[in-house]
Amino acid sequence: MATRSRCCPRSAVARLTLSTPLDVRLLDNGLSVGEALAAFNAAYGEAGGIVSFRGKVRPDGDVKALELSHYEPLTQPGMYDLAHAAKSRFDLDGALVWHRVGVMTPGETIVLVATAARHRRDAFAAADYLMDHLKSAAWFWKREKRSHGWHWVEPREQDHADLERWK
Amino acid sequence: MGVRILFLGPLSDLAGEPEREVPAPLDWAGLLEAVGQKVAEQLVEARVNVACGGKVLADKTALDAHDGDEVALLPPVSGG
Repeated sequence: MATRSRCCPRSAVARLTLSTPLDVRLLDNGLSVGEALAAFNAAYGEAGGIVSFRGKVRPDGDVKALELSHYEPLTQPGMYDLAHAAKSRFDLDGALVWHRVGVMTPGETIVLVATAARHRRDAFAAADYLMDHLKSAAWFWKREKRSHGWHWVEPREQDHADLERWK
Repeated sequence: MGVRILFLGPLSDLAGEPEREVPAPLDWAGLLEAVGQKVAEQLVEARVNVACGGKVLADKTALDAHDGDEVALLPPVSGG
């Protein structure tokens, strides 16, 4: 069900090219945060500030692996809508919203969000807004593998409270 | 061809399979009957959404799925 989806093909020679002003991807492989942020920085030369957030699989007790599943017809369109909403709500030059699917191990990156704006407050707020919505209002389901097998991860109360802040 | 029901996230464990093919057409009552008691108990909860043909239904009880449609059962999400 997880398919790699890129909005712009990468040529063999060119470095990573982002679609602007919004670059939204579902990735079923590891992602290179350094490469992504360098390309993002290069794409927004006029920005006064760039904020990024990278979410990782928390090395938590006996967690051996984490699996993110999604529903193709809804997940990526939903991420686009979210990125559009962030851009119009905050004064952004652009945003990058990347999310992993599939199986990951502790320490691996699950999500990468970057925002570029003329002024820092818009960039900070938009990254915060994007993450709160990806946590509890995007079409993803998470389960983790512990010593006794796989367990689905329930959404936390705190995630819903975080989301309420934007309403 | 029928209607394909997809059990997303934890619902696949309750259903015992990731998807199931049922005869068309399929309405809300038919869906509750087709998915088994455990999944049906979850489905009636407000926090579980239903999508048909790639669109989340505003009112899942108004489900009206036809031949070739995909009906996705969407439990509460946990991303990031």
